[in-house]
Amino acid sequence: MTMIALAQLLIFTGLLLLLAWPLGLYMARVFSGERVLLTPLLKPVEQAAYRLMGIDPDQPQGWKSWSASLLVMSLVAIGFLFLLQMLQGWLPANPENLPPPAVHSAINVAVSFITNTNWQNYSGEVTYSYLTQMMGLGVLNFLSAALGIVVLIALIRAITAHGTGHLGNFWVDLVRCHLYVLLPLATLLALVLISQGVVQTFSPYTKVDTVIAHAPADLQTGHLETLPTQQTIPLGPAASQIAIKQLGTNGGGFFGTNSAHPLENPTALTNLLQTLAILLIPAALTFTFGRMSRNPGQGWLFLGVMLTFWFTAVAIVTATEQMGSPRLEVLGVDQIASSEQPGGNMEGKEARLGIGQSSLWAVSATVTSNGSVNSMHASYLPISTAVIMSGMQIGGPVFGAVGGGLQNLLLFTLLAVFLASLMVGRTPSFMGKPFGMAEIRLATLGILLPGAAVLLGITSSLLMPGLTDHMTNGGPRGFSELLYAYSSAGFTNGSAFAGLNADTPWFNLSLAMVMLIGRFAPMLAALAIAGYLAQKSATVDERNSVRTTTPLFALLLILTFIVIGGLGFLPAQIAGPILEAVLLAHPEAF
Amino acid sequence: MNTVGLSGIFFDARVLRESLRLLGPGQQLRNPIIFVVWVSACLGLILSILAAFGMAVGQFPMVASITLWLWLTVLFSNWVQSVAMARGRAHAQELRRSQPQGLAYRLTAPHRDAPGEPVMVGDLQTGDWVLVQAGQLIPADGVVEEGVATVDESAITGESAPVIREGCRDRHQVLGGTRVVSDWLIVKLRYTREGTFIDRMVTMVESSQRHKTPTELALFIFLIFLTIVSLLVVVSILPISHFGAAYGGGSPLELIVIVGLLVCLLPTTIGALLSCISLSGLTRLGQHNVLATDSHAVEVAGDVEVALLDKTGTITLGNREAWQLIPAPGVTAQVLAEAAGLASISDDTPEGRSILSLVQREQGFAPPSLPATARLIPFSATTRMSGIDMAQEGRTVRKGAADAIRKHLQAEGGTWPEALDFEVRRIAGEGGTPLVVAEGQQVLGTIALRDKIKPGIGERIAELRKMGIHTVMITGDNPLTAAGIAAEVGVDEFVAEATPEDKLALIRKYQTQGKVIAMSGDGTNDAPALAQADLGISMGSGTQVAKEAGNMLDLDADPTKIRYIVGIGRQILMARGAVTSFGLANDVARFLVLVPMVLAATFPALDALNILHLGSPESAILAAVIFNALMIPLLTPVALHGVRYTPARPTGLLRRNLIIYGLGGLLLPVAGIKIIDLLLVASGLF
Repeated sequence: MTMIALAQLLIFTGLLLLLAWPLGLYMARVFSGERVLLTPLLKPVEQAAYRLMGIDPDQPQGWKSWSASLLVMSLVAIGFLFLLQMLQGWLPANPENLPPPAVHSAINVAVSFITNTNWQNYSGEVTYSYLTQMMGLGVLNFLSAALGIVVLIALIRAITAHGTGHLGNFWVDLVRCHLYVLLPLATLLALVLISQGVVQTFSPYTKVDTVIAHAPADLQTGHLETLPTQQTIPLGPAASQIAIKQLGTNGGGFFGTNSAHPLENPTALTNLLQTLAILLIPAALTFTFGRMSRNPGQGWLFLGVMLTFWFTAVAIVTATEQMGSPRLEVLGVDQIASSEQPGGNMEGKEARLGIGQSSLWAVSATVTSNGSVNSMHASYLPISTAVIMSGMQIGGPVFGAVGGGLQNLLLFTLLAVFLASLMVGRTPSFMGKPFGMAEIRLATLGILLPGAAVLLGITSSLLMPGLTDHMTNGGPRGFSELLYAYSSAGFTNGSAFAGLNADTPWFNLSLAMVMLIGRFAPMLAALAIAGYLAQKSATVDERNSVRTTTPLFALLLILTFIVIGGLGFLPAQIAGPILEAVLLAHPEAF
Repeated sequence: MNTVGLSGIFFDARVLRESLRLLGPGQQLRNPIIFVVWVSACLGLILSILAAFGMAVGQFPMVASITLWLWLTVLFSNWVQSVAMARGRAHAQELRRSQPQGLAYRLTAPHRDAPGEPVMVGDLQTGDWVLVQAGQLIPADGVVEEGVATVDESAITGESAPVIREGCRDRHQVLGGTRVVSDWLIVKLRYTREGTFIDRMVTMVESSQRHKTPTELALFIFLIFLTIVSLLVVVSILPISHFGAAYGGGSPLELIVIVGLLVCLLPTTIGALLSCISLSGLTRLGQHNVLATDSHAVEVAGDVEVALLDKTGTITLGNREAWQLIPAPGVTAQVLAEAAGLASISDDTPEGRSILSLVQREQGFAPPSLPATARLIPFSATTRMSGIDMAQEGRTVRKGAADAIRKHLQAEGGTWPEALDFEVRRIAGEGGTPLVVAEGQQVLGTIALRDKIKPGIGERIAELRKMGIHTVMITGDNPLTAAGIAAEVGVDEFVAEATPEDKLALIRKYQTQGKVIAMSGDGTNDAPALAQADLGISMGSGTQVAKEAGNMLDLDADPTKIRYIVGIGRQILMARGAVTSFGLANDVARFLVLVPMVLAATFPALDALNILHLGSPESAILAAVIFNALMIPLLTPVALHGVRYTPARPTGLLRRNLIIYGLGGLLLPVAGIKIIDLLLVASGLF
């Protein structure tokens, strides 16, 4: 890891905290119904929205009614996006006359966008009309992010509720999340991105004359290959979608190559802002938690746990990539960074971004459920691949999806408190509320099901005949492609390792199933737990329970999600990246 | 009494037989983790048979050895269970034998002249008719069938006046432990309560698997979760190894290795020892003559933070003693002592005796031989004074309550010095009871009585404080008296002038603050509070209602025993914590050692990761299975005897346990597997 990369990482962390802190407090005020700067402007809109939807904003909901609202909303959204895709050929704003995708592909995309996964089995520029992108994918980028946030808010309310059983009103939180948080932030970011050159237009794709008409002459034959003289440049309303894709941990790019595309991520500033946007809301929500639960220390602990894991992962990946491939080292290739060259493993990375910014993005976008990319994950060295994949496989407690991340960290916290209480012989309690079998059962289910779905998906794919035809690479890397795809879906990440051709009925449908489980199992478990917790009052004396704000507890929490979340994937990791790392380091073993 | 041939129990024929009996699938299903081991062992058996006939499932010695150790794992777990149950049963029988023995006269029919025989009280059963005559104790609670008698129930209800019991509707209930004062009764025993409690304990011991406490249940859920994860890993490892063999250069995993791996990944140690830990809690309470009437009570005991102590009977003895003589101005202590002694000769109450012993001790008073003309005035509850009239010497000496003496003086024509009021109030204010001594028309001084504090109670309360338990004394005394006693014995808080309703309200108040409350009681009016308290310890001498209300029964009726009860509760919780920490850490270590090792069969390149230099994937699995099985009997003593309890805040304790049991649990299996593997390789068999 070069000093510059380290300095960049530290400055980045500082910027992140500086932005996340006020945003977190702002969100706490918004969801507590307090007055904020935007209230005079947005209150009339908010009221109009309630009238339009026929909602009594003062009517609180219990967890069952709350969850029912969530599921109805999600189902409607899936149906809407599915129809929009299938009908895009007959609908306006389709200058390229793109036909509807295959049914299994459309189902996969609809599920993928409502589950905040945004796994892309397609390239946006050759698949979807502007209408589908904006009205469908763009809208669901907002909605799925908001759903994640409001579930977390409900859970926080439950933790502080005094035995009322109320989680607040789903629709009110949903409206406020859009109006006061996501829309203003996304607008702001989109404007900055546009100013930097990210496209935002309804014009059709343009054709330009290429600069070079010929490829460089083949040195051995002297043959000159003629290149096309014209190139189609895809355009579209990209900036608006990219802003929310990053802020809402969605990650689905407007263009197929995502943020490695110069029109999605043109400058150093857009790269910095987009990386910040990936982590901003998940980090800010820890402050929201601290404020709303009146326990800032707990919020800081969660943030500290997230930062520790994330920072370590970034450091490992950056260092690994900077060291370069041991195979090249054996061949005597100079991989040391110098003024002449960046050194290290630059394969699959944008030359303008370099190893530091690529590794930072790769880890940030995989520990969160964002999944956007600015470099090719398939080209990372095996140890980096292992780290990037485990960022997903621990089950999203580190930043994670907006809302979903802290929600999962809270599930892990319940488990860690339970284990710690067993170790010291106390009745488990979190923030003064005792809990027992019901909560533990739900928390384990919420944590277990996504991992189980991923493992079952991989296992059944391995039993499919002709699997290797869909893989670009053989050997452990081919297996990693498969492992990555299911992990990405099950932990609602959506980034692709590339290499696996997953646009087949089997992959589309099985991945859609895995995404549904990966998103809704923890969500519903968290809501049911919220239901139990909201009915209790905080009665347990702090001094007699395991304190959850100590460094010791932070360590235990990290161990809990690494061991419980990650150990199940050890065999798969061994058969993939770890085996590859061993092979790289011991070429004689081939 | 805790040496009921315990060493013998481990290898007792019945225990061993029971371990084998528990091998049936029905018994195994109760413990899902051990059930999975059992299924794996069955699978191993099939594989062994196939291997014996040369089918391609692996080398027979290896398959058979792994299978053998899988069965041993199941057997060890059964054996632990049986040992714990046998201990419980042995203690229950011991308790039954140790019940207060005495003779009762059992009748064959409820008539005075029906034939009968004397039997041991311990052999009486519900529904027996017994004849109880004047001066005898009623052996157990019951209903009067025939006869009318006065019964002294003061030992239990505190009501000193004897009550009449007869066969009619509202007066037919009699209490065990009360004494018939006159006449006789035929009582139909409704319950021999202690017997039922012991029976209940035996049932609990034998059916412990079915009654899990909430925390145990939650832990079981978690263990099942780990079991499912292990199953998933094992299910996924098979296709991975088949798929990977194509590029790894090795061969797919053999089934027996997978089966062995599954068992190694399961939290077998915790699964096997968990119920044994709770059982041993019941047993160890039994050693202190305490019966828990539900298994949750032991666990709750570990969490107790506040103990309510009744002043009378717990902190002080039932009566007061004289401790100070305060002469009136112008009177010597000698004179006061002599008069006080004379006036107390006729006072047979414990207070009167204590005055005599005080004046003997302090002023060398010896009761003189009284002339025949001397008239003794005995103490009575109505006059509240005692004394002596000696006509020859012309002395009338009285001692008694202040207002009684004031009336006496007025009758004698004497005057009551106003300064005395101050003295009387001062003594009362300090928690004492003032008695005034007067001779003729003159007041000689006062005697201060105070509560007789039970010997050693201060130390016991200090012990409770050291355990982090907040002690609250409850008394019907006035606040000043209560404060004096509270300060002397060192309780943290007291409630004066308390009514039974106050007790209940106090418990509720603490509970809303999230505290776990223990209280002991024996009276019927304690029942609501006993039921409300998280840990209600009823005294073996108490009324039926009180016994029903509590969730523990103390046969010795010693309220300060709460420190043992809480201590045992905590040891149980600590033992469970230790076993859980250790077991989970073990699991993680086995996982990290075995999974790469096993996959090395498919991916030979992974041999580079074999930093422990284990012999082969097969020998590593066998070593781990053996280690796994051996951990169960090795940890049994911890489960049975608990872990020493050291008072500490949860966070400090967590750090210590993580270091000792967590880190230890990570390292031990690594060393253990390596050593066993070395032995296996050295044996040359594998």
